[in-house]
Amino acid sequence: MTTTLRTRQRFAKAGVLTGLVIGGLFAALPVLWMLSTSLKSNGEVFQNPPQLITESFSFDAYAEILGNGAQLRFFLNSYIVAFAVTVLTLLVAILAGYAFSRFTFPGQKTINAVIVSVQAVPPITLVIPYFGLVVALGLYNTYPGLILTHMVFTLPYAIIMITAYLNTLPKELDESVKVDGGTSWTALWRILVPISVPGLIAVGVYTFMISWNEYLFALTLTRTDDMRTVPIGIQLLMGQHSYEWNQMMAMSILGSIPVLVLFLLFQRRFIGGLTAGAVKA
Amino acid sequence: MTSTTAPDTTAPTQEPVTPDRPRTTLTRRLSPFGYLSPTIVLIVVLMVIPIVMVISYSFRDNVIVQENSVFAGLANYTTVLTDPNFLAALKNTAIFITVSTVAHLILGLAFAMMLNTQLLGGVTKAIFRIVYILPWLFTIAVIAVIWRLLLDPSGVVNYVLQTLGLLQEGVNWLSDPGKALWAVTFVNIWSGYPFFMISLLAGLQGIPNDLYEAAAVDGANPVQRFLNVTLPQLRPVIISMAVLDLIWTSQQFALIWMLTGGGPLNVTEVLSTFTYKQAFSEYEFATASAAAVIVLLLTMVLAFFYVRLQKER
Repeated sequence: MTTTLRTRQRFAKAGVLTGLVIGGLFAALPVLWMLSTSLKSNGEVFQNPPQLITESFSFDAYAEILGNGAQLRFFLNSYIVAFAVTVLTLLVAILAGYAFSRFTFPGQKTINAVIVSVQAVPPITLVIPYFGLVVALGLYNTYPGLILTHMVFTLPYAIIMITAYLNTLPKELDESVKVDGGTSWTALWRILVPISVPGLIAVGVYTFMISWNEYLFALTLTRTDDMRTVPIGIQLLMGQHSYEWNQMMAMSILGSIPVLVLFLLFQRRFIGGLTAGAVKA
Repeated sequence: MTSTTAPDTTAPTQEPVTPDRPRTTLTRRLSPFGYLSPTIVLIVVLMVIPIVMVISYSFRDNVIVQENSVFAGLANYTTVLTDPNFLAALKNTAIFITVSTVAHLILGLAFAMMLNTQLLGGVTKAIFRIVYILPWLFTIAVIAVIWRLLLDPSGVVNYVLQTLGLLQEGVNWLSDPGKALWAVTFVNIWSGYPFFMISLLAGLQGIPNDLYEAAAVDGANPVQRFLNVTLPQLRPVIISMAVLDLIWTSQQFALIWMLTGGGPLNVTEVLSTFTYKQAFSEYEFATASAAAVIVLLLTMVLAFFYVRLQKER
């Protein structure tokens, strides 16, 4: 009886493990192939039969990208935009989250509903008036134009998440500051923000990722190569050099590193915050 | 912003606000709007004004590129709705989002259940979890480039299929009109399932164990437990994720733009690529605006369902 149960469990375990490995290959092989291709010479990319590690294994493709000022500029631009978007989004969302979490005021539900519904508005609908607006305001092909428009994606999510986070903190915390003669402003910055750092990190990481990955606005609202961000840079590489696949893959990996590092560092917090947002938002 | 820095009430909120302290109540009433003012300004600038602008563009002619635009009534909408390319884009979008969402759900659920197994240790599961999330960590531009390499006529996908005897000769997945839409949908399935999976995994972990134990006592087999415990418990998450996914997938632009550009012969044209081309390739901003408003309306229908579902919960 016990042995059959144990064998059955062993079979079940083997079955789950097989399933996990097959699914894992589906998820990981394309990524592995990207890595492998970035370490080949361009002549070997389509060799038959395909090989994971080839004779001319080298980091030349990475050196090409990192030694090229035009490519590095894409990275600089992406860092500037994503950092600015993250800082501004957090600042604005902390204030808004505080208002939603600690005050009741007329129009609260309406404003909240508007913020939630902003998330559903299609970027393709916005990009046309944004183009008109950004040109009219002289922000076409500038950092502020991109930073401002990226916030339409990052702000609603950040406000919802920060409000939810602040709601989990007891109100007695900020009341104690007010009893000591502090204002709601000091309660926010001295007490609530410092203890909300874990939640703010999760929101910040997600904000950074959204901005770093954004494609449509970066494509439409910038024009010159020195203002392009990494996703557009990857696309430009596709057109310019008639398919230097190894360089395109090296650029793709270099462009993915910031998000990968952030994710691995903050994985647990991040997944927790994300699912809370997706389920509750 | 000045009102936010102004001294606020010293009274705890629990205390009823008494009418003999009008100044404190006034600041207390105004301060939330102070805190919200940057958000309100940004929402007006980034959302309210642009939507008003795009709607007004859609009823006019010669917008953006020319100074003197004229009222055109519904002409732009007639142009868009009778354009065979738009109708093709509508149909392609419907196929693309439905197949993607169903596949995301099936893969996401299957993977989440495997990752939630009691049979394996925590470390093994944690490693697999990272592997399974991988596709989601790459930006769409990168995903498009990877799959252009993999799906190349002499690429590794064709090599594997030929070696297994499933294909006679290399197929150009992305430029064969009969296959391009399915190829693009497949890539979108690969890139999008992890988000479903993460949410469903959280949902699975939230199902109380007693339910399974009770079912086991009643003699339920694994399939019955899945159908009678797991699915009903996950139903709210599944439904709201499915609606969210339909909305997001309908907004997908970068993937299709970089994989096929809507081609060949518009077989992968979706609403977003159609609208983009009208605006930024044809410079027909007025018809593009009409298409953009139609896209907005379609999204609002989906969003309406989403909100209704959230309220039911």
